[in-house]
Amino acid sequence: MFRYILRRLLQMVLAFFGTTLIVYALTFAGQGDPIQALAGERPVTPAQRAYLTEKYHLDATGVGGFFYRYVDYVKNLLQGNLGESLTGRNIGDILQQAWPVTVRLALIALAVAIIFGVSAGVIAGIRRASIFDNSTLVLTLLVLGIPTIVLAPLAQFFLGVKWQLFPPTAGSDPTFYALLLPGIVLGSLSLATALRLTRASVAENLRADYVRTARSKGLVKRRIVIVHVLRNSLIPVVTFLGVELGNLMSGAIITEGVFNIPGVGFNLFRGIRTEDGPLVVGIVSVLVVVYLVSNLVVDVLYAVLDPRIRYE
Amino acid sequence: MTHSTVEPTPASATPEGGHLLELRDLHVEFRTNEGVAQVINGVSYHLDAGETLAVLGESGSGKSVTAQAIMGILDTPPAFVRSGQILYRGQDLLTQSEEQRRQVRGQEIAMIFQDALSALNPVFPVGWQIGETLRQRAGMSRADARRRAIELMDLVKIPGAAKRIGDYPHQFSGGMRQRVMIAMALALEPKVLIADEPTTALDVTVQAQIMDLLADLRRELNMAMILITHDLGVVAGVADRIAVMYAGRIVEHADVRSLYKAPAHPYTKGLLESIPRLDVRGQELSTIKGLPPNLMHIPSGCPFHPRCPYVQQVCVDVVPHDLVLGDGRTSACHFAQEVRDDSAH
Repeated sequence: MFRYILRRLLQMVLAFFGTTLIVYALTFAGQGDPIQALAGERPVTPAQRAYLTEKYHLDATGVGGFFYRYVDYVKNLLQGNLGESLTGRNIGDILQQAWPVTVRLALIALAVAIIFGVSAGVIAGIRRASIFDNSTLVLTLLVLGIPTIVLAPLAQFFLGVKWQLFPPTAGSDPTFYALLLPGIVLGSLSLATALRLTRASVAENLRADYVRTARSKGLVKRRIVIVHVLRNSLIPVVTFLGVELGNLMSGAIITEGVFNIPGVGFNLFRGIRTEDGPLVVGIVSVLVVVYLVSNLVVDVLYAVLDPRIRYE
Repeated sequence: MTHSTVEPTPASATPEGGHLLELRDLHVEFRTNEGVAQVINGVSYHLDAGETLAVLGESGSGKSVTAQAIMGILDTPPAFVRSGQILYRGQDLLTQSEEQRRQVRGQEIAMIFQDALSALNPVFPVGWQIGETLRQRAGMSRADARRRAIELMDLVKIPGAAKRIGDYPHQFSGGMRQRVMIAMALALEPKVLIADEPTTALDVTVQAQIMDLLADLRRELNMAMILITHDLGVVAGVADRIAVMYAGRIVEHADVRSLYKAPAHPYTKGLLESIPRLDVRGQELSTIKGLPPNLMHIPSGCPFHPRCPYVQQVCVDVVPHDLVLGDGRTSACHFAQEVRDDSAH
């Protein structure tokens, strides 16, 4: 197990450099004149141009120059310095403000998925082909069919504006209540998937041979379901939710955009829209790390939950 | 629908009145979307304390379903017990409440299954699984259950039981896993052990060890055993009596010696003749032609008639009753006498 984790960490280092290189290349390699892009419509004086060329190491050109700047960027990154955005703000500071909001939103979404998705999935799995099962099937199909870009504005309009049950937008430093509706919208997709996965897994495990054995031992039905069936059924569900938490933590561009939540996705979206290369690369670099770590945690968790899994 | 008439005869009589376990005219059907399959069609057999009954038949003959009906662990739906009685110590289990039946499971009648790898829960250590029965059913403490689980694992001759108690099912070999299964079934010292193809998933050498172990344990603990198998070789050394099943019926019922010497049903005869013999060179293996019947459309008359070398018009028209042949033998064949005399020489 220890060797497995060590190997995975080494793989993560490779994956980190690979992904940041690609993102860095995609963002900067295609740029015509980065200094003019920075200045926008205004003219650039030769003195300014010389200063900026020196600051961003733009004197080296071609592929060599690109790697020169990439190595320079990574060096700063490893020292914890994410650099500055084109607007002159420290990207580390931006993330420090945005991250707690995104984490809170992600946890609300995950809680929604666990509380409603998993428990409804367990019930649907036990009572297969019942009214409950069929109605959850239709509802999840509906949720899975509607993209967030449609669902989020709909929820905002009806629940926020028309019936005024929730604040329609969150704004800076949002409260738990303000994040609740966006959290539900964001979690609805995970909820639907978790429900289906749980249902299928419970239904399959109820038919397993070991359930027949448990019955032949004369155990009460409640114990068979809670101890034997659930313990096995939830292995894939926990795995899914772990990966999902990684996804949610890396920000929800659409949901944060619609509800005006100043989280990671919101800032990333702004960076893309304003062609703020350093901001995009900075945020994505951190997201890559979050994603890699959460995947490793899920893999380790999987081995803990299922004794048959042994990583060598 | 016919009624089987197994008459008690001196060989199968019970010591003190009734049998320990007795099935009377059991009917089980599977209701599926494609239709209703008659899986058990009037099975009657009995088991006395301390004896071993082998139930023999090919896959789909209903031998496992009968066992699950006795345990009350049929999957309902699709399986439904349509009629019949399952008497345990004179009490009809089929009229009892689910709670009463649960008390019987494990405590009075226990069962082991064919594939121990899937029959054991993959995510719990074996000691925990053996101990669970003791904790939940006998109210033992965690420590006591653990101690007893080690004793049980010793009893079924798992080497280093105390060390292996925390291991998971997948860490054991097939034979050792089946021993764990047996230890678990014996936890509450049941009076009847149903072994459903206990050696089918195992290597031949391990098969013999498990069969010997089961025979020894049965004797030591003075249990009665129902041994379900499709393997005639497994039966010979262990069983007292054999019931041969075909298409959800008992077609022949006899003590082991006389059945091997002179089978009285064409199906049993076919089964015995399909065993390869070591003392004859270059023999062509004889087989029973055709396939077992589709249980949704069981043939008229005798269900074996489409495959039977003795078939006559009467076999197509009339369902054969159990013919009593003496010495506790019965055969559900119109020509039982002829078949037996044929086999005898």
